[in-house]
Amino acid sequence: MGLESNSKLVEVLGEKGRVSLNDWKEAQWAAIKIRREPITEEELYREASDFMSLFQQAVKEAFLSDIRDPVWLKMREMLSALSISRARRGFTPTEMATFVLSFKQPLFEALKQAHGTDSGALLSDVWMTTVLLDKLGLYCVEEYQKTREAIISRQQKDLLELSTPVVQLWPGVLTLPLIGTLDSERTQLVMERLLQKIVDTGSQIAIIDITGVPTVDTLVAQHLMKTIAAAHLMGAECFLSGISPQIAQTVVHLGVKFGDIVTKATLADAFGLALKRIGLVVIKKSGE
Amino acid sequence: MERIPILRMGDVLLVSIQVDMHDRLAQTLQEELAERVVKDRARGVLIDISVLEIVDSFIGRLLGRIASISRILDAETVIVGMQPAVSITLVELGISLDGVRTALNVERGMELLASSISLRTQE
Amino acid sequence: MDLQSSETLQITCEEDLVRVRQATRARAVLLGLSLVNLTKIVTAASELARNTLTFGGGGTAIVATVHNGDRPGLRLIFEDHGPGITDIELAMKDGYTGGKGLGLGLGGSKRLVNEFEISSRVGEGTRVSITRWK
Ligand SMILES: Nc1ncnc2c1ncn2[C@@H]1O[C@H](COP(=O)(O)OP(=O)(O)OP(=O)(O)O)[C@@H](O)[C@H]1O
Ligand SMILES: [Mg+2]
Repeated sequence: MGLESNSKLVEVLGEKGRVSLNDWKEAQWAAIKIRREPITEEELYREASDFMSLFQQAVKEAFLSDIRDPVWLKMREMLSALSISRARRGFTPTEMATFVLSFKQPLFEALKQAHGTDSGALLSDVWMTTVLLDKLGLYCVEEYQKTREAIISRQQKDLLELSTPVVQLWPGVLTLPLIGTLDSERTQLVMERLLQKIVDTGSQIAIIDITGVPTVDTLVAQHLMKTIAAAHLMGAECFLSGISPQIAQTVVHLGVKFGDIVTKATLADAFGLALKRIGLVVIKKSGE
Repeated sequence: MERIPILRMGDVLLVSIQVDMHDRLAQTLQEELAERVVKDRARGVLIDISVLEIVDSFIGRLLGRIASISRILDAETVIVGMQPAVSITLVELGISLDGVRTALNVERGMELLASSISLRTQE
Repeated sequence: MDLQSSETLQITCEEDLVRVRQATRARAVLLGLSLVNLTKIVTAASELARNTLTFGGGGTAIVATVHNGDRPGLRLIFEDHGPGITDIELAMKDGYTGGKGLGLGLGGSKRLVNEFEISSRVGEGTRVSITRWK
């Protein structure tokens, strides 16, 4: 899609153009009035002016409505950086899109004045720029979304670390109390962390306690087995404790081989065995 | 020719694998260890792989072979320091290193060897 | 495939296996693969490069960065003009070896990556492609 011969777009955006940067900034400033704290008026002015000069450059070079074209590369980079910083500062997607979409008003105003009575040419310019600005607006929202997703996934990971702590019961003995339903991905992450903790603390024994786990599926059971095998290769031993009757039945039913794995009814039993393995005995003080 | 140094500490031969070994170098290590076990009358072999970034089926097989050969020559082998990422990968690959003893670090490995050597000496 | 971000390595001797592992590792680090995933693909590379050398009589390895939408990944392609594999299904089985290995290379490599493709023609050669996504 190219520009019509009687288009005034390049003209209104030109050096002595009629689009008022100040009006645009004012419009934006008004739109985010309620929550101005995250941004200053100067910052907004600078961003608006960057946008406008990139827009002018691109349109002057060639009017292309495909924003994936290299002509729009600098613009995309600028919008992407802007979306990331705004997503981090807690702006809403609407506020993000408004940044671009609010450019329509001062632009159309300038076009109207430039075209005078030639409404046909005005309509054509307005239509073309609307399509373009909508695309740039959507691009902003997409970039914003990506940043939000990254933030959420990082928070989920932090939460995972908080909710599944690896605890040292005694020098050389770790325990990982698992709670809730395990999915394959979560199990894998937790297990990697357990193995790393074994190395970091030089622990010979790790007890995986699944008292708080209602059910396991084949994949999760296999992850448990693999972790125990991996710990063995590293020179540590894993005990499994707190297996519910349901899980025991599922595991046998699924045909997962728990083979040579040491299982204990409770975490306390497993801990007792662990102490014995590292050569410690617990003795009651006499006379008490 | 490049080779991997074998140190002696009392009854034990100590090897620390520091480089990404090509297959021939690994093969040479196996041969030299067998000779040294006999020459030094070693009762234990400790192989530290804590800086090794991968163990593939070739190296896995080699470690198993070193353990078997040493055992025939009356020396026990312990592999120490395997990193979590390496052990996870080995398990996925399907290698279990049956018959090879493992320990978390050199210190633990030496303890393990010491107790097993004293046990065997009493026999 | 983005050919600008790929390199081709020859596999003709044992030292080349070390070079394939190093090139794979370098690119995995660049991509930002997690340590576990990096270790997995370098190990798979080692297995397949060794097969190329011992059974394929030598060949090439292509180490490339690829994209699936926004998701970057590492792809390795091993190619030789050796004898080929008569029964691929059998060769893939854990424990099957036509040489004196453990027979874990092919099946194991498949478990270490996200995508695994193998094609082979008797008398013409073998091509294995593996991909690990970030
Ligand atoms: N590039 C190849 N060309 C021809 N035959 C091959 C090739 N790659 C594998 N094969 C055949 O497939 C078999 C299985 O390969 P795989 O890597 O699984 O096991 P291996 O190499 O024999 O043992 P390991 O990899 O465990 O040391 C090989 O023994 C060989 O017969
Ligand atoms: Mg192989």
